[in-house]
Amino acid sequence: MEKFITLKDTAIPLMIENIDTDQIIPARFLKATDKEGFGENLFRDWRFDKNGNPNEEFSLNDKKYTGSILVAGDNFGCGSSREHAAWALKAFGFKVIVSSYFADIFKGNALNNGLLPVQVSKEFLDVLFKSILENPKSELKIDLGNQKIEIPGKNLSEKFEIDPYKKTCMINGYDDIDFLISRKKAIKNFEEKQLESRTSGQAQEV
Amino acid sequence: MKKTLFDKIWDAHVVETIPNGPDVLYIDKHLIHEVTSPQAFNELKERNIPVLRPEKIIATADHNTPTIDQHLPVKELLSRNQLKELSRNCKENNITLYGLGHAYNGIVHVIAPELGITQPGMTMVCGDSHTSTHGAFGTIAFGIGTSQVAQVFASQCLLLEKPKKLRINLNGKLKKGVLPKDVILYIISKLGTNSGTGYFCEYAGNIFEEMTMEGRMTVCNMSIEMGARGGLIAPDETTFEYIKDRKFAPKGTEFENLKAYWKTLKTDTDAIFDKEYSLEAEEIEPMITYGTNPGMGIKLTGTIPSNLGKSDLKSLEYMDFKEGESLINKPINYIFIGSCTNSRIEDFRIVAAYIKGKKKAENVNALIVPGSQQVAAQLRDEGLVQVFEEAGFILRQPGCSACLAMNDDKIPEGEYCVSTSNRNFEGRQGQGSRTILASPLTAAATAIAGKITDFTKHLN
Repeated sequence: MEKFITLKDTAIPLMIENIDTDQIIPARFLKATDKEGFGENLFRDWRFDKNGNPNEEFSLNDKKYTGSILVAGDNFGCGSSREHAAWALKAFGFKVIVSSYFADIFKGNALNNGLLPVQVSKEFLDVLFKSILENPKSELKIDLGNQKIEIPGKNLSEKFEIDPYKKTCMINGYDDIDFLISRKKAIKNFEEKQLESRTSGQAQEV
Repeated sequence: MKKTLFDKIWDAHVVETIPNGPDVLYIDKHLIHEVTSPQAFNELKERNIPVLRPEKIIATADHNTPTIDQHLPVKELLSRNQLKELSRNCKENNITLYGLGHAYNGIVHVIAPELGITQPGMTMVCGDSHTSTHGAFGTIAFGIGTSQVAQVFASQCLLLEKPKKLRINLNGKLKKGVLPKDVILYIISKLGTNSGTGYFCEYAGNIFEEMTMEGRMTVCNMSIEMGARGGLIAPDETTFEYIKDRKFAPKGTEFENLKAYWKTLKTDTDAIFDKEYSLEAEEIEPMITYGTNPGMGIKLTGTIPSNLGKSDLKSLEYMDFKEGESLINKPINYIFIGSCTNSRIEDFRIVAAYIKGKKKAENVNALIVPGSQQVAAQLRDEGLVQVFEEAGFILRQPGCSACLAMNDDKIPEGEYCVSTSNRNFEGRQGQGSRTILASPLTAAATAIAGKITDFTKHLN
């Protein structure tokens, strides 16, 4: 996994709430057996009309907005567990998603792919939207080490939360598989204990 | 310390806790399907990691499968490849696969309970958000992403922060015509689509205690639609009776021993929840949704709320509905009765009882898709196939079908579909399709009337 430490870039606003993973990547594009190519179908039915022509009003098609940070409305990534949503956002070029709320499964999927979900207050989300709309060239800075998101030009910032273990993984580019495999002995011990309690008919309390 | 049902199961599965970090949680059963597993198998192969416990994995093909001519090779190339890859991966890794045409094939969340694979006190995962369904048995069951599928392959464990605990109490008496689907749609409409994010939800109260296992599965299935990772209901005699004698259920002394343990799986009196709601059953009426998330629900006879926010108005525009509008008498051309929410035998018995001796309205296409081969066999054995045929309904072979429209079962652009599935997201049932979520009874009544109708007036 790619390492993530800090990022300073412009952002694209997506002022819609409850964006579900079916919008991020519609089910009809889930037929692939690898992780490639999902970027071109990101937000497919919002980016393009049914004839495949770009919808100019959609912010991802609006040339004045660029950058690897997506700032989206409340409850981003709800719905299906499809990790294809995180792959599509990543392949499109996003490195950070900012919202006032993330759905659980999406948040985990993003972190497992080096895509940083930054959860801010509703008030700060409004500040971010306002700042981007006013000046699409204004940059945001995300500092994972200090868990801080700021608008450098305006001296406005907010701290954000991240699980300390996941933070270490993001900063070092580790993933969970390596860690879990390193715990094989403890896992085996657990299995033996579980089997014992099951065959003896004892309650499986630990 | 007093423990909740959730605590008891979770704590019994913690292999170890990382200081200032997540728990290593052991997974008892891992269900997989064709869409979210191939990249996980690839990952293991690339890193030369073996599948640790293939005997704890069950595979089925359901999401991307046709519902007609399942005995023939799948026509579409990409879908065929995905199914082939699942077969190959299962074979190479000694994983049991109930593929297309197998007597146990069907929707992953229908087959595991009906085969007795799902049991109380277990931890279960699947690369599918509706894994919450299995919580009906007093099981910690939740959906995971493909990276996590690979983690469970490699270690039979996941790294997880313990979620917070939520309890929803529902007591009283349900009105006539109110089904478990209405109960959960009501709960989500009251609490909102992200009220459960970060939580595991226990459903408690006499309404859930009196529900059948199938009803409990419908409720737990949609826990994810309020953001909760999973939902669960304490196991009781109804649960034990359902499991007993099923194909892979423990038998004899083992069953009795386990039952003694399962009986301990309930929340201690005075255990503390992080959040708790109490609702009254009498308030619930048959429900329908009017927007593009499952929280946008109203009483069948109600009106769409006014003064909606910008995102909700965008939803209404997509649905071509107006604030303050009633949906009664709205013409409907498509009905879908199926999905992991409502495709079990009980759902179809309810539909058949309502439509027997009636005919669907001429404008209506009514699609019935059983959840599994076993449910399909029950439909034949109980004579329901004939009832559906006589009423002009189309009966298909098992699968996820028009719930997510990965196959050819799509609702055309601009058309409304009254659907027993779980999501009314934009384009969920086909590009431009408009989904109205409802119970099997509401769907059946709509099919007969050809429009949304207040069927409760005619119930005996």
